Amino acid sequence: MKTGAQLLIDSLQAIGIEVLFGIPGGVVIPIFDVLYDADLKSVLMRHEQAAAHAADGYARASGKLGCCLATSGPGATNLVTGIATANFDSVPILAITGQVRRDLIGNDAFQEADITGITRGITKHNYLVRNAEDIPRIIREAAYVATTGRQGPVLVDIPVDVSTSQVEDVVPGEVKIPGYQPTIEGNQRQIERAAEAINAAERPVFYVGGGAIASNAAAEVKAFAEAAHLPVTTTLMGLGAFPEDHPQALRMLGMHGTPVANYAVMSSDLLIALGARFDDRITGKITEFAEHAKIIHIDIDPASIGKSVPVDLPVVGDAKQVLNELTPLVEYRERKEWFDQIAHWAENHKLSYQKNDKVKPQYVIEQLREVTNGDAIICTEVGQNQMWAAQWYGFKRPRQFISSGGLGTMGYGFPAAIGAQLACPDATVVDIAGDGSIQMNIQELATVARDNIPVKIAIMNNGFLGMVRQWQEHFYNRRYSHSSLNGNPDFARLAEAYGVLGITVDQPDQVRDALEKAMETDGPVVLDFHVDPNENVFPIVPPGERIDRMIDLA
Amino acid sequence: MKKHVISALVSNQVGVLSHVSGLFAARGYNIDSMNVGETEDPGISRMTIVLRGDDQIIEQVVKHLRKLINVLQVKDLSAAPYVERDLMLIKVATPPGRRGEVIDLVEIFRGKVVDISTRDMVIELSGPEAKIEAFISVCRPYGIKDVVRSGPIAAPRGAKDE
Ligand SMILES: Cc1ncc(C[n+]2csc(CCOP(=O)(O)OP(=O)(O)O)c2C)c(N)n1
Ligand SMILES: [Mg+2]
Repeated sequence: MKTGAQLLIDSLQAIGIEVLFGIPGGVVIPIFDVLYDADLKSVLMRHEQAAAHAADGYARASGKLGCCLATSGPGATNLVTGIATANFDSVPILAITGQVRRDLIGNDAFQEADITGITRGITKHNYLVRNAEDIPRIIREAAYVATTGRQGPVLVDIPVDVSTSQVEDVVPGEVKIPGYQPTIEGNQRQIERAAEAINAAERPVFYVGGGAIASNAAAEVKAFAEAAHLPVTTTLMGLGAFPEDHPQALRMLGMHGTPVANYAVMSSDLLIALGARFDDRITGKITEFAEHAKIIHIDIDPASIGKSVPVDLPVVGDAKQVLNELTPLVEYRERKEWFDQIAHWAENHKLSYQKNDKVKPQYVIEQLREVTNGDAIICTEVGQNQMWAAQWYGFKRPRQFISSGGLGTMGYGFPAAIGAQLACPDATVVDIAGDGSIQMNIQELATVARDNIPVKIAIMNNGFLGMVRQWQEHFYNRRYSHSSLNGNPDFARLAEAYGVLGITVDQPDQVRDALEKAMETDGPVVLDFHVDPNENVFPIVPPGERIDRMIDLA
Repeated sequence: MKKHVISALVSNQVGVLSHVSGLFAARGYNIDSMNVGETEDPGISRMTIVLRGDDQIIEQVVKHLRKLINVLQVKDLSAAPYVERDLMLIKVATPPGRRGEVIDLVEIFRGKVVDISTRDMVIELSGPEAKIEAFISVCRPYGIKDVVRSGPIAAPRGAKDE
């Protein structure tokens, strides 16, 4: 005989969960009781939102399923932002919540929340467990659903009396879910048509999104792009799917993309989209996006195809598999005129910033790249810090850039860095933060201090909700309503209060030393860079404008 | 906007209805009606959903429904010939001396009187939407006290012999 809680932990181990992030509470004490002496690492976080983000960072860094655990009611609702973040960016996490006793469900019991109802729209699927015997099957199904097809979060809600009830040990059978059969293999005829279109194109652009990373297809992306000789642009989520120092790389497109990427897309005659979803931050004015281009869209999620733009050639399937079939069918074509034009744009419209006597955030990130040899795992918060990180670090490999793209969740980066560090203990993990965002999960300094998790936090401290300030400057007549962060703490001293090394930098010539010192430090470090408060992210495409109409005042 | 009838098989589990209706709410699709009933397999229910929209919207609806894990099969019946039936219970006032007229109408429409009192009667009528609506309008002069409709259920027509 086993308790439901024991079955749960056994099942988590059976599906390969190695670490989980959580906070205990009334209805999950039986589960934490099993964890007390189980051979499963668990990290005590200081807020459930951070637990969900840590599971998500773990999943993005490793490609494996992340797992978090929270109590009912407020514990469960605190997970919500983290689950929504993972859902938007198609990250596989398993969120386990406690629930009140079965006979109390629906009675407004203490700490009851209808979490399966609340998360219906932000999970790929969710379950309320009614019998302990079902736990092994449900956990297996949940893991299968989360990690296959278009990946995403799955929540399993377990009433406390299910966790404590004694049942026979059960071995789950094969996963059989009749309503769930993701299409993996692309249609052969469609793939042939795509190859014909690619071979005929004069001005093709390969537009790669996060789906390429989710499908572990970076090697295939490179092989295909080289075989067909295509310029490659990636979305924010696709950063690292194609090395940014590759001669065919246009780097990131969209609102804060490189001019060359945006010009190339807008002038293309064929756009090959892979695991990308034509988000409004990418397309700008949708009716004029790539208006001369025929569009091939390869995606595992049929509902993604044709959602925002009409697609000429849809291919439903897994990125890696489709590329493996497509690559042998494409021909290398020089396309000299096209590549000359691209080189011309690249040469004349480089990303740049003006130096002055202040610390420039772009400079900090350039220096960070040098000090870490371009190898660090970079997590970000949201806002200008995120865009500077995306523009200035230079990503070489997939799973190196970890950021909340779809939901844009401030407070994501630091806990995600904790998860990434646990997934990759030997890697240097840096959270490029904003002074606003970091305060949304700063309590996790206690977690990294206690467990000596050596993440480095580099705050681009501009004293503002900088991205909001920038929009107010450009689009709201410089009416800086509620965007100043007057009242910020001294972050270095705050770090010290938690027992974490804190370093303040307010001169450009201190940047390098501070970064080196941080990287040499064995434990966590907070670097508080007092950056130029007036610095903006350029180029910027005004919302709703064509993406080749960028403002660049740098 | 064209009317579409979507027929979905769903596994008969708690929460499936909220998953489906939640999808419509979250994506801002307006539905005319939704009908749920068991199939010959008690583990599986059939949902018939009627909504209006252009083809692109309907295609998205179908794709999103297919993504739901508890949804086993989705068809847009309006893409091919289909039969549709709506069931109505209507309570019509029968002013003194005019009960016979109402009964005549029930006969013309092949309905059935299922309850009768001195002042009104309840009539059962089934058929395609247009017929139901026609009946409602011919009853209107007598006074309609209540209308209860199931919303359409629908099935594809059988294959035609060539
Ligand atoms: C949870 C949350 N609340 C609000 C926002 C809206 N928002 C987007 S960027 C931004 C400013 C972020 O400020 P900071 O972290 O200091 O970054 P900066 O832009 O200054 O680099 C805000 C408030 C958001 N993205 N997430
Ligand atoms: Mg800021």
